[in-house]
Amino acid sequence: MGRRTLVSRAVVPAPGQRRAPPAQAGGLLPWLRRNFFRSPLNALATLLSLAAIAAALPRLARWAVTDAVWSSPDAEACKQAAGACWAVVPEKYRVMLFGTFPYDEQWRGMLAVAVILGLALYCALARPSARAVAASWLAAMAAVFVLMLGGVLGLEPVGTHAWGGLPLTLIMFVGTVAGGVPLGVVLALGRRSSMPAIRAVCVGFIEVVRGLPLVTVLFMASLMLPLFMPEGMSIDKFLRAQIAMTLFFAAYAAEVVRGGLQAIGKGQYEAADTVGLSYRQKMACVILPQVGRIVLPSMMNEIIRAFKNTTFIGIIGMFDVLRATSTAIQDPVWVRYSIEAYLFIALLYFVMCYGMSRHSARIEDELTVRR
Amino acid sequence: MTPTPAGRRPARPPLSLRNAWNNVHTRAWIYQLLVVAGLLGLGAYLIGNAQHALSKQGISTGFSFLGARAGFEIGEKSIAFSSTDSFLRAYGVAILNTLKVSAASILLATVVGVAVGLGRLSANPLVRKLASIYVEVFRNTPQLIQLVFWYTLIANLPRPREAFSLGGMAFLSNRGLTLPWPGDMPVLRGFNFQGGVTLSPEFVALLLGLSLYIAAFIAEIVRSGVQSVGRGQVEAAQAVGLGRADIYRRIVFPQALRVMVPPAAGQYVSIIKNSSLGVAIGYPELFNVNNTIVTLSGHTVEAIAIMMSIYLAISFAIAALMNLYNRCVQIRER
Amino acid sequence: METAMQNANPEPIVVLDQVNKWYGDFHVLRDVSLSVGRGEKIVVCGPSGSGKSTSIRCINRLEEHQEGRIVVDGTEVDADVRRIEAVRRKVGMVFQNFNLFPHLTVLDNLTLGPVRAQGVRRDEAQARAIELLKRVRIPEQALKFPGQLSGGQQQRVAIARALMLQPQVMLFDEPTSALDPEMIHEVLDVMTELAQAGMTMICVTHEMSFARKVADLVVFMDAGEIVEAAPPEEFFSAPKSERTRLFLSQVLH
Repeated sequence: MGRRTLVSRAVVPAPGQRRAPPAQAGGLLPWLRRNFFRSPLNALATLLSLAAIAAALPRLARWAVTDAVWSSPDAEACKQAAGACWAVVPEKYRVMLFGTFPYDEQWRGMLAVAVILGLALYCALARPSARAVAASWLAAMAAVFVLMLGGVLGLEPVGTHAWGGLPLTLIMFVGTVAGGVPLGVVLALGRRSSMPAIRAVCVGFIEVVRGLPLVTVLFMASLMLPLFMPEGMSIDKFLRAQIAMTLFFAAYAAEVVRGGLQAIGKGQYEAADTVGLSYRQKMACVILPQVGRIVLPSMMNEIIRAFKNTTFIGIIGMFDVLRATSTAIQDPVWVRYSIEAYLFIALLYFVMCYGMSRHSARIEDELTVRR
Repeated sequence: MTPTPAGRRPARPPLSLRNAWNNVHTRAWIYQLLVVAGLLGLGAYLIGNAQHALSKQGISTGFSFLGARAGFEIGEKSIAFSSTDSFLRAYGVAILNTLKVSAASILLATVVGVAVGLGRLSANPLVRKLASIYVEVFRNTPQLIQLVFWYTLIANLPRPREAFSLGGMAFLSNRGLTLPWPGDMPVLRGFNFQGGVTLSPEFVALLLGLSLYIAAFIAEIVRSGVQSVGRGQVEAAQAVGLGRADIYRRIVFPQALRVMVPPAAGQYVSIIKNSSLGVAIGYPELFNVNNTIVTLSGHTVEAIAIMMSIYLAISFAIAALMNLYNRCVQIRER
Repeated sequence: METAMQNANPEPIVVLDQVNKWYGDFHVLRDVSLSVGRGEKIVVCGPSGSGKSTSIRCINRLEEHQEGRIVVDGTEVDADVRRIEAVRRKVGMVFQNFNLFPHLTVLDNLTLGPVRAQGVRRDEAQARAIELLKRVRIPEQALKFPGQLSGGQQQRVAIARALMLQPQVMLFDEPTSALDPEMIHEVLDVMTELAQAGMTMICVTHEMSFARKVADLVVFMDAGEIVEAAPPEEFFSAPKSERTRLFLSQVLH
């Protein structure tokens, strides 16, 4: 059989340096065309969006900034102005942010808030070890409780019924997460247990709590916990709300952790068994560290949600930031400027929630890179 | 322990607590017994306390109170109700109100959510940015604040005489949103509108507060659902010659739907549960009405149990529907 | 407590006696009987689903058997927690998917068990770990994470991790099945060296060249039961059963 003469051929390039790429068609017009006017539909979307912005933005800017009144102790200037009355904030911020806390002692509330926010920022930026984080939060919350309750170190005692505003919101939030995450882990492990009774109890608790609205859980705790206490013993309202928020959060945290436990292959459990680790050592050294990495983004979502949920405690009569604000603006002089007050606290929550979600996104990026 | 050579059955280990504890199976039984006994004991103790407290206050227990005269009015109702009707009927009105506002919110949230979600996926950077701003703003503000904000906004609208008119057929005022109904056009008579259908400020505020917040989450669900369909699918469809519209309709969307439906169902359940926030603005949904019933009848425990059961029934029903849907759309695999 | 066995003991170190196991109604192990002498190497082969992995996983109680007896170095394998722990100390296991702990360095992977479970001092455990890493020829990887190593390197780390317990028996569950072809021989070399040093080994594998070179006994399992067992020369050249012949023809072409 003779060899065929091939038609295909390839050319080996002459040896030489690698060159830089050719210059792209630069300039503003091509960039605009590519991104905003690529197709008729695209162009329409661009024009509609621009039209919407042109219609809304100037009017909004006029109301919120140009015509707005920034300070007016008796609201007179606000009555004359056509714009927003931001003056309500400097007038009422003490009540909005600190609620029913005694006026002269509010510096303690401010200090408590500073401690919590400061430690949170530090943990987010400096990223200390897990042990350092746990220890520092324990110390910080002890300090916060001393500051808020008083009665020692020459501080006036202030009962929890008088707590309000930002300190109350933050303390409730930290307590919910600190108690709810460990409880959630226990529930998730129980739900995966091979012992049917334990599994049933955990599944039952998780599904029932997740099927109920948070306000009903708060309401139940508020109204029914006192009924279940033996005669003469009473539970602080703050404690009732804290228990309700923690149990509610734990049920959701449990599902997040369960997803992580499921994602870890059986092989990891088996390898830990063959290396001689006990159940507790297996969980602490092998399984849970891996679960932590996997579920961190979802857990952060739940944590941010728990922060937003602290507004619900207003419904059972506690003076968190939202309820304190609603009460503050019932003042007949300021009542018509409620919108501005609500926008202010909405901005406050937005800054904190957005900050937490950006931080969570950053951690998620780092974790995916490291692997 | 002496070694046992192969071939001979060993004697059974002596029955003892230590051996029982060390046996994997019996240890499991012991744990479970302890947990169940502990819970039952705790339950009995708590219930004992409660019964004692209730009997001290002279309150009887039992569900017969449901037939008693309600003694209060309900502002909004889909079925007739007056203060002479029973508590049971009051529950009926409340449940209908809850379902009414939930259904409307689910619809609005889905429409807005899908639109914003697709906007996030748009090739146009301007549209993408606007959609992102929507999501970030509505996701990072507590729902209750949004709800109170909308209610305050509507309460500050002008009176019906100076209402905003939408084409002369629909009107927005501080009495709510008045819409035309076939054969029944709203007309301004005196201080208010007659005819047509008026959605109360409470309803409209709750509708906006529930839908716009959840729409942000649905937008994200839509976005990640569509993105979860691998690029390979789109490329294969292009290689086979499908046009852009067909690619989306026949290849991307069906697969994305499978991923989107479970979390979306979770959001819908969230809407139903968060309708309970209506209590903050006075909308007579289940939680709100239940509070009144608790106060007027004194049967705290029974009323709360009824309310819990209703919410749980709704949640479980949706979960069951979801499981059914999941089973139907399973991709058959080997 | 268990009496220590003497050296050069003719008593088998691992005994499976009429072991039966069911998954629900499915009879997955049928009357499996096998004895393993000290220092001897057993290779178990067979088609997938034949129960070979299940059998060896019953030895260290990763699976439970319902009937029959399993005895390891004088300790019976049953539901007693103390006996299970004792058996697991005597038996090292290497998995098909390595199962290294991804969040720990190679060194920590090796020292975790001895330090936490056996109370060995950290520096002592680390010294032993480095020795073993030298033995499997990757001491320079000690501070890397498993994700940064190749499959062959990971499996060698897994072998070193199992050896940290100073086991009397090593179980291998298809150790090279998850490896790219060019990395199989580095793991088999380590296993061969281990065998030549006198370790008692039970290997489930498809690597027939390894079986020919190292095994004292080749066991063929099919559909949950032992079909044939013979020394490699006999097994490969003159298989007695038709099923064995069929299997060999599929594996050895």
